[in-house]
Amino acid sequence: MKSVTNVIICGTGGQGILLASEVLCAAALRAGNDVKKSEVHGMSQRGGSVSSHVRFGEKIYSPLVEKGCADLILSMEKMESLRWSPYLAPHGKLVACDLEITPMTVNTGHAEYPDVNEIIEKENLPVTLIPAVEIAEELGNLRVVNVVLIGAVSPHLPIDEAHWTQAIEERVPPKALKVNLEAFRKGRELFGN
Amino acid sequence: MRKKLNTIDKGTILLSGNEAVARGAWEHGVHFASAYPGTPSTEILETIAEEYDEIDAQWAPNEKVGLEVVAGASFAGARVLSAMKHVGLNVAADPLFTLSYIGATGGIVIVSADDPGMHSSQNEQDNRLIGKAAKVVVLEPSDSQEAKDMVGEALKISEDFDTPVLLRLTTRICHSKSMVTLGPRKEVPVKGYVGDIKKRVPIPAHARAMHSRVEQRLKDISAWGAECSLNRIEEGDTSLGIITSGISYQYVKEVSPEASVLKIGLSNPLPWNLIEKFINMVDRIIFVEENDPYLEENIKARFLIEADGKSIIPLEGELNPQIVRKAVHPGTTKEITFSEIQLPARPPALCAGCPHRGAFYCLSKLGGSSTGDIGCYTLGLMPPHNALETTVCMGASIGVLAGIEKAVGREGMGKLVAAIGESTFVHSGITGLIDMVYNGNTGTVMIMDNSLTAMTGGQENPTTGKNLRGEPAPVLDLEKLVKACGVKHVCVVDPHDLPEMEKVFKEEMNRDELSVIITRRPCIMAYKPIRKGIAVVDPEKCISCKLCMKLGCPAITWDGEKPEISKHLCWPDCNMCVQVCPVDAISKDMGGQS
Repeated sequence: MKSVTNVIICGTGGQGILLASEVLCAAALRAGNDVKKSEVHGMSQRGGSVSSHVRFGEKIYSPLVEKGCADLILSMEKMESLRWSPYLAPHGKLVACDLEITPMTVNTGHAEYPDVNEIIEKENLPVTLIPAVEIAEELGNLRVVNVVLIGAVSPHLPIDEAHWTQAIEERVPPKALKVNLEAFRKGRELFGN
Repeated sequence: MRKKLNTIDKGTILLSGNEAVARGAWEHGVHFASAYPGTPSTEILETIAEEYDEIDAQWAPNEKVGLEVVAGASFAGARVLSAMKHVGLNVAADPLFTLSYIGATGGIVIVSADDPGMHSSQNEQDNRLIGKAAKVVVLEPSDSQEAKDMVGEALKISEDFDTPVLLRLTTRICHSKSMVTLGPRKEVPVKGYVGDIKKRVPIPAHARAMHSRVEQRLKDISAWGAECSLNRIEEGDTSLGIITSGISYQYVKEVSPEASVLKIGLSNPLPWNLIEKFINMVDRIIFVEENDPYLEENIKARFLIEADGKSIIPLEGELNPQIVRKAVHPGTTKEITFSEIQLPARPPALCAGCPHRGAFYCLSKLGGSSTGDIGCYTLGLMPPHNALETTVCMGASIGVLAGIEKAVGREGMGKLVAAIGESTFVHSGITGLIDMVYNGNTGTVMIMDNSLTAMTGGQENPTTGKNLRGEPAPVLDLEKLVKACGVKHVCVVDPHDLPEMEKVFKEEMNRDELSVIITRRPCIMAYKPIRKGIAVVDPEKCISCKLCMKLGCPAITWDGEKPEISKHLCWPDCNMCVQVCPVDAISKDMGGQS
C-alpha cells in the first residue's frame, strides 16, 4: 500500500471547499491515518480561487502537496480544475464539477473563459466532468453540490464507505444530514466507477 | 450538538495552528486575551471566545491597545495572550519594545502571524527581526501540536525569565491542520496587582538598569536554550546538515529524511552552544528558512562558516516542498506529467450586494478616485471601478490624502477622496482626521460603514453594538465622533441609493472645507436578506449598452450580446443594476419579505 495519499480540493470562494476538505480529513482520520491539511483564508475568498491540500497516511510532514504528486484533484468549478494540473501525479485523477463560474477578469473583458473541454482533449488530461449541480437540484438543495462530488471521488481513495458516512455525520449539521448523505450516495453510485 | 472543547481534556484531534494556540492558552491557564482581527491570526481569539469560557477574550480597537491591555493584566499577575498579524506588530511595536524592559509578572505571549507569500497582506516582513530588535524571546512552532505546546513554554519562559515572548506563526502554521493531543486546563491563579515603580516606570534612571537586565536575560536564555527541548538535533547522515525552523522544518523532513537536522524552536536568543555542536558534527550546512535569512545571517556572523542558504532558497514568497527539494536535492525533482495551463486569473471581487460597490461605482462614474486603506474596499482598485490609487497601512488613506493636498493644493488633488472602512477608521483613522482638521485640510473622507470588520471574515468592532462573544456592547457613534474632531460637514448616505450617493459626492467634492461622508449599509455577511426575489433581465428591452457591467457585480455576466444575472449569486436586498439600466430592462421585486 502507498504510504501517503495526496489530494487537492479546489474551486472558487463560497463553494463549500472547506467543508469538503473537512469531511475528507474526518474520513481519513477514522480510517486510522495521520492527516494534515492546508488552505488559505482571507483575500482568497470573495469569489477568488480557493484550494485546500489534504494529505493522509502513516506519517505526514508537509501540509502541502508537492507538484507531480497529487493522486486526486477535486474541482468544484470547471476551469479551476485545470489550474492545478502540474500537481497531478502520472497516475492521478482529476474530477470536476461541470459548473462554469465566470471570473471578474472575464466579466470586465480582460480575459475569455476558455473552452475547457478542448483543453482537456489537447492536454490529454485525465478529467471526469460531473453534472453535480443538476444532481443537487434533483435532491432539492443546491448546497450539497460539494458532497455529491465527495461521493463521486470517494471510491478512488483508500477509505471505507462507513468512514465516509461517519465523517459526514460528524461534520454536517443534523438538520441537513439526510440530504447530505443522499448526495454522497448519489455521487458515489453514479460516478464512482 | 457538538461539545465545546473546554469539556474535553484528553484525546487527539485535528486542529489548525490558530485553534491549537487557543487550546494552548486554555490548557496553560491564560486568563485574559486581546487582539485586533488580522489574517492569518483572526481565528485565535474567535476560537477562544467560542470554546473556552474560562478565558476573558475581547477585540481591541487596534493592536497597540490590545497589547497594552494585556500588559496591564500581566502587571496584575494574570497569564495573558495578545494576537495579531505581522503588520499589527508594527502598530503594537511601541508597547512591545518597552514591555521588553519591564518584563512580565503574569506570563505574556504575543502571537505574531506572519504572511510569507502575502496571501492577504501588503508586505512580507519577517517578525523574527522585530523580536530580535525588541530583545524579546521568539519561538517558532512547525505544526499545531508545537503551536499548542509552545504557548505553555512561552508562558513559563515569560515568568521564569521575566520577559514577553513572541510566538511567531506563519500562514501555513495558522491555517494548516494537524493532529494535537489534548490535555486538561491547569489553573494558574492571578497573583494580584502590586505596584513596583522601579520595575514598571522606565524613566531613564530606571530604564538603564532595566536595559542591563535585558542584555543579561538574553545571555541566560541562550545558555538555557542549548539544553531545552525547543531546539533539537536530529542526527542522520552527517554529510549534510540542515538548519531550519517553523514550517520549513516539515518541508525539509519531507524531501530530505536522511539528512541531519538542527530544528530551531527558540529563534531569539539563538542557542549558540547547540548550534556550535551541530556545525562541528556535519560536513556541509544548508539553511532552509522562509523570507529573511535570519538564522543564516546570525549564525554565519557568529561562527564565520561557509554555508548555502539564500544562495539557493528564495528570499521572496512562501516555500513549499518542491522549492526545498530543488534547492537541497536538485536531482530528485518530481516529474511533472501535466504542464501548467494559462488561464484567466480569478482575483477576489466585492460580493454581489456589497454596499461598497455603490460608492465605487458612483466615484468612478464621476471620474473620481480614492486614497485607499486596508479592507474589502481595497478591491475598489479593480476594474471596472479603478477607483482606488494608494494603500499604505491601516488608517493611511486619510494622512495620504492630507499630504497630497499639502503638496499640490485642493486643485491638484482633483476628485480624490479618502476611502476607509469603519473598523479601520476606529483602528487608526481618527488621528489622521484630527490632523486634517488641525492643519486646515479641505478634502473629503469617506467612511465606508458596513457594520462589520469584513475582510477578515466578519468580526464585531466598537461600532457594531456587539463584542467578540456576540453580547451587546455600547455603539460608538461615528457622526458624533467625527463632529467632535472638528469636522463641520458630515453626512450619512445609503451607498445602494445611487442617485443620492452621486449627489453627495458632487456636493462634497466641490466644497472648500473638510467633509466626511459616511456610507452606511451592512455587509451581506452581517444579516439575512430582508427581501426575496432576484433581478431579471428582459432581453427584449435590453439595448446591450453594458452600463450594468460597470457595476462589476459577480452576479452579472455577459453572454456576448446581453447580460445574464445569476440566480445563485444575486443578492435579494440589492437593486443597483435596476437603478443603472437606462431602459428599465432589469426588474426586481423589492417589496416582498422573505
